[in-house]
Amino acid sequence: MTRPTRGFLGRRQRDPRLPPGQYDVGADWPVLTAEPTPRITPETWSITVDGRVENPTTWTWDEAHALPPSEYRGDIHCVTTWSKFDTRFGGISVDTLLEIARPTAEAHFVMATSKTGYTTNLPLEHVTGGKAWVVWDFDGKPLPIEHGGPVRLLVPHLYFWKSAKWVTKLTLMTRDQPGFWEQNGYHDLGDPWRQQRYQGD
Amino acid sequence: MTDEGPRPPHPSPARGEPLDGALLGAGVPDAPTGGWHTASVSGLRRPIQRSVELRLDVHDRMEHIPGQHYVVRLTAEDGYTAQRSYSIASAPGDPLIELFIERLDDGEVSTYLADVVEPGDELEVRGPIGGWFVWDGQTPALLVAGGFGVVPFVAMLRHAKTLGREDLLRIAVSSRTLAELPYAEELMDAGALIVLTREGHGIRPASRLTAPELVPLWEPGQTAYVCGSASFAEAGSQLLMSMGVPAHSIRVERFGPSGPPAGP
Repeated sequence: MTRPTRGFLGRRQRDPRLPPGQYDVGADWPVLTAEPTPRITPETWSITVDGRVENPTTWTWDEAHALPPSEYRGDIHCVTTWSKFDTRFGGISVDTLLEIARPTAEAHFVMATSKTGYTTNLPLEHVTGGKAWVVWDFDGKPLPIEHGGPVRLLVPHLYFWKSAKWVTKLTLMTRDQPGFWEQNGYHDLGDPWRQQRYQGD
Repeated sequence: MTDEGPRPPHPSPARGEPLDGALLGAGVPDAPTGGWHTASVSGLRRPIQRSVELRLDVHDRMEHIPGQHYVVRLTAEDGYTAQRSYSIASAPGDPLIELFIERLDDGEVSTYLADVVEPGDELEVRGPIGGWFVWDGQTPALLVAGGFGVVPFVAMLRHAKTLGREDLLRIAVSSRTLAELPYAEELMDAGALIVLTREGHGIRPASRLTAPELVPLWEPGQTAYVCGSASFAEAGSQLLMSMGVPAHSIRVERFGPSGPPAGP
């Protein structure tokens, strides 16, 4: 048990939707990336599911939009300690892509890769069963490029660095491999309710 | 897939998407990651307004790499905690950890650090952290900062001086005014390009950083580091790319109300 910090009172209002160590950022949506913002248009974007799958597949913008739509409504949490409540994202469920690509029995992990070369790793069970999306709408409008548009991954139950901006590939893997931030000091899973921010948490 | 309902157009076989460059990897292999420690505040100064410089004696400190950061965690009597990340300004060889913190009016951690903390206080800190926005002390680097974004670059500069390798660093700094720029003298002594957007500086009129000013500092083989607010970091990295600096040579650290660094 940590001793209290002398003279620190803390905020009076504590929202139960806030995981430990997080604060409500309100209407803001901070932009944080490690690399320059790329220039991507819907015409040049596609998403590929490959690796340990029976049917490796690439969908263009139009092909992805013809899949059954799916929406997420809820909160998002960034490891830099802001949380944003009541967001609404539209796109498709990762389940839909995996139903077509058909992961093999030895697929246990996923590496998401962005157009910029950014990567992040996830256990397969954390992107299946209605827990992850590939999204292009925010609040009913096209997702802005600084927030990962035209298309980003959305895995809202984990810290937001797992929701790779500008996602273009999901690779199914037998063994776990660290992605970009995971090679640079951050946690492998990133569960905000367990404060899995950094390696060793 | 079932046979019911409209069929989507037949998707293409996997052909992949060319990336903009190589995959992004570790900034420095095996950068140290430290755990939670108690730190005693051994020095506190307010050299410029709306900020505080803290010198911390971190118990059982792990040596950092310039560019890394520490987390400061505050705990209230009822167990409520708030934590933020702050870049390290001190060189690895400094026995103390130096942080330079901008006081944000609605920042629950920065207002505490700027207004309440006194020398002798104990703080809970975690670090060092971060393996991307770091300089190895051996390779040429172009450092482009906006405002408080200079802090990690001061650590790099101090480390370069210790190594006798200041020749590896080129520094460009943008601030609204000179009075608002942390470490202004130290940066000027190091020959940094100082750009002020709200007042003249020498013969240079107030204006934003431009490509013609930055071009002489750029050499192929450098890694470019851009640190500042989200809007500065975006403008700075786009400026570098307009000069022909490849995107994969540019490392960006954006901070906002939530402090550096971050994932998407």
